Amino acid sequence: MQDSLTADTITIAGDGGDEIEAYIARPARQDRRGGVVVIHHMPGYDRATKEIVRRFATLGYDSIMPNLHHRDAPGAAPDDAAAASRASGGVPDARLVGDVGGAAAHLRSLESSNGRVGVIGYCSGGRQSVLAACNLELDAAVDCYGAFVTGTPPPEYALKITNLVDQLPSLRCPLLGLFGNEDQHPSPAQVDELEAILNRHGKAYEFHRYDGAGHAFFHADGPRYSPAAARDGWERIEHFFATHLGG
Amino acid sequence: MCTYATINTELEGSAKGPDSAWFGVTRGTVYFDHPVHAFAEHTLNIDFADPARGPGARVAVELTAASARELVAAIESVLASAPAEMAGLSGSQAAVVAQQL
Repeated sequence: MQDSLTADTITIAGDGGDEIEAYIARPARQDRRGGVVVIHHMPGYDRATKEIVRRFATLGYDSIMPNLHHRDAPGAAPDDAAAASRASGGVPDARLVGDVGGAAAHLRSLESSNGRVGVIGYCSGGRQSVLAACNLELDAAVDCYGAFVTGTPPPEYALKITNLVDQLPSLRCPLLGLFGNEDQHPSPAQVDELEAILNRHGKAYEFHRYDGAGHAFFHADGPRYSPAAARDGWERIEHFFATHLGG
Repeated sequence: MCTYATINTELEGSAKGPDSAWFGVTRGTVYFDHPVHAFAEHTLNIDFADPARGPGARVAVELTAASARELVAAIESVLASAPAEMAGLSGSQAAVVAQQL
């Protein structure tokens, strides 16, 4: 079977060499292939995102998801770890870059690696995917409706985040952006602003925006799941990664 | 969106949590985000926790925004109806709360 795979929980070196948990899925077939780092959303290193990791393995990629909340609650249930992370201030940007960098290095160390690694993230992970692509040597990045790549976070939020406007000139790889036109975080105007900045700096990007789709339209268990947007979005992702990570 | 709206507050009390055991609650985390279990795009979430006992010492609730507001009103109403000296309010504070209801 072409889609046979193995999946496991492993330990990798994250930011600063810290040992953190990660979930990895690998195609069973013997070949040379690209890798995909999956960044989970703020609610955690959860079952739905692990399913995405396995889907990338069925598509022919070594795929890994670092547990961004591991340090906050080692060994805890994903929802408890997410709560602990949130209460302690969330995932710092610098640590995120280090953890994704560690995950990418792990993928490149595999004997099956062709040296190419992409990153994809959903919701808060969409912003973090762009953040990683501005700071790491990656070959492709996908932003699925990440809020505050552009736009201004409300100052009263206890979790202090910034937009990525000042970092976008450093974007190092092609970016695929998938957005719902009914979403307000990011809003269509904020996606317009992101597109204008990428154009101004001559960055390679590909955006697809879906009418009738709101936030988290890929989330099949959620109330805003949009089958049409999700199906097209997956096809765009498959083509984008095949173009930039294949061979 | 994965919202970043989060407020921590110190609490003093108890909650019945994992394994049906009571534990002392020292921290409440209130936030608005995707729920883990409730069927709504976003919910008002409250974690009643004792961080000293580890991340599993937590009672989590996920409420729709409308029901969370109803809960806030219910809490305020019950506190306002309790004798001020028992509910920890001065007479003037109790009067202000009563006017807001």
